[in-house]
Amino acid sequence: MMNINATGLDYKELNEALRQVHNNCTITNCLGQRFIAAGVSDKTLKISGIPGNALGAYLNGAKIEVMGNAQDAVGDTMNDGTIVIHGNVGDAVGYAMRGGHIYVQGNAGYRSGIHMKAYKEKQPAIIIGGRAGSFLGEYQAGGTIIVLGLNGDDKPIVGNFPSTGMHGGKMFLRSDCKGIHFPHQVHARPATEEDLNEISHYLRRFCFYFGHELNELLDHPFTVVTPDSNNPYRQMYVAN
Amino acid sequence: MKLEGEVRIPSGCAIAAVISREGKGITGDVIYNAMKPMHDRSNGLGGGFAAYGIYPEYRDLYAFHIFFDHRSTRKECEAYLKERFEIVKGELIPTRKIPEITNEPIIWRYFCAPLGSMVASEQVDESEFVARTVMKINTEMKGAYVFSSGKNMGCFKAVGYPEDVGVFYKLEEYEGYSWTAHGRYPTNTPGWWGGAHPFSLLDSSIVHNGEISSYDANRRFIEMFGYKCTLQTDTEVITYILDYLLRRQGLTMEEAASVIAAPFWSTINAKPEKEKERLTFLRQVFPSLLITGPFSIVYGWNGGLMALNDRLKLRSMITAEKDDKVFIASEEAAVRVMEPDAENFYAPAGGEPVIVRVKEGKF
Repeated sequence: MMNINATGLDYKELNEALRQVHNNCTITNCLGQRFIAAGVSDKTLKISGIPGNALGAYLNGAKIEVMGNAQDAVGDTMNDGTIVIHGNVGDAVGYAMRGGHIYVQGNAGYRSGIHMKAYKEKQPAIIIGGRAGSFLGEYQAGGTIIVLGLNGDDKPIVGNFPSTGMHGGKMFLRSDCKGIHFPHQVHARPATEEDLNEISHYLRRFCFYFGHELNELLDHPFTVVTPDSNNPYRQMYVAN
Repeated sequence: MKLEGEVRIPSGCAIAAVISREGKGITGDVIYNAMKPMHDRSNGLGGGFAAYGIYPEYRDLYAFHIFFDHRSTRKECEAYLKERFEIVKGELIPTRKIPEITNEPIIWRYFCAPLGSMVASEQVDESEFVARTVMKINTEMKGAYVFSSGKNMGCFKAVGYPEDVGVFYKLEEYEGYSWTAHGRYPTNTPGWWGGAHPFSLLDSSIVHNGEISSYDANRRFIEMFGYKCTLQTDTEVITYILDYLLRRQGLTMEEAASVIAAPFWSTINAKPEKEKERLTFLRQVFPSLLITGPFSIVYGWNGGLMALNDRLKLRSMITAEKDDKVFIASEEAAVRVMEPDAENFYAPAGGEPVIVRVKEGKF
């Protein structure tokens, strides 16, 4: 497999080197280079080191695996493909993503899945193994956000103001969500078996990537959050 | 020296910091190299550093770092300083000529002690006397700008990329137990030497990534207490707010954080009774000092650092540790440059201060 040593390369040089590669590639000694694999549709990429902001922005089908933490805006406006992070991610993971899947082993920062959307076969998903910061799924318009809270401590699974402005899609939190305040425009209820069947594919993939057992994940209550009507913000606009 | 003008430039900014809890010396190249992977967060219009513990041989003297636009300005300013201070040493700050840094002003430093008789006649304490001197020079002496005025610490700043500014000031020759750094991507105003971060008064310094929406409300309030916001740069007001809350009002660092990044009322109402009372009190007593808009800051003082995000956390920040050291940066990549094996990476929540103190007696 081809390797790119990122030492001393800025983001333009690194992405240029990446464009010369066909199929599979590893990037080693990555250190903060932004926009890695932006818009790429046809490669499989394994990164060691710390990729910079906007990793896999506009990703269009490629697969990226990061063997450690990633920074802000992973998968920004991603269209298709898979990003797997063996660590934590910074703020705004999956920012406005409209297709593809992001799997995070550890924690995610603020505003994960902000303005995620979906249309017909384009059904994006973010699966976070640890905790998520405040404003999880802010303005979520579609797709699926799953937070598993596998940290093994008693800190809340999500910060303040989850699903603020949510008007589409679904959020699954592996918690009874006691003490978590959701806005009026969404509906939070215990997940049924049917709900969990809906996400079992994502959970299986999560187990595959990070070495968990599905039973371990399911041996805990989940809460499902959805907008509570088709047009929860109707009262804010003139009816026409 | 070019002053702030009217052009608007979109924003970015990078910050980084390192501190040894044991008070061990860290050379300046550690921090300026950390700014390299964050190069694109700056645009070359400002970079700077604050260093603590760098002047042990003059530890009891105030170290004034001053920009002058002209030799005559320096003479005039020196004459004024001599009326109020005993100047133990005055010298050019050593710099390197490098192509990346141009149009530098005349940059001097003075190690000095306030004249006791002058302090007594103004009926203020020594630190207030020094602060007034700084305000006076910066507001009334055209072409002179005091950009550092603490004991056993110093700020170094310029127009340029931070990694170049570090080389320009030969920071690898300084050893401090704590450093902060800033790469500027100015909002609203063009860069000039005085407008680079850190902003500093006495031994406190601040580096800031963000833009303050509440600037004018904050400015109007703080100017009632003798501070003058002269730089048209929002960060300046944070420096004065923290000076006011910590030095003059005697708040703790945690309380000051709860004033400037106060939680929402809904968040306060969900807190246990005692905490709710504390937060309510602080919001009600200092409503004009709530800073809104995106910010991540590192506040430095003799013996410690505080990192803080705005309450909505609209800017990135990460902290990490290794042995006696604590690292703070806008991006993890910067921390990895300082310490590839750093541990315990943590992203503080909005309004959650991270306070690191050097052990008593170690600085």
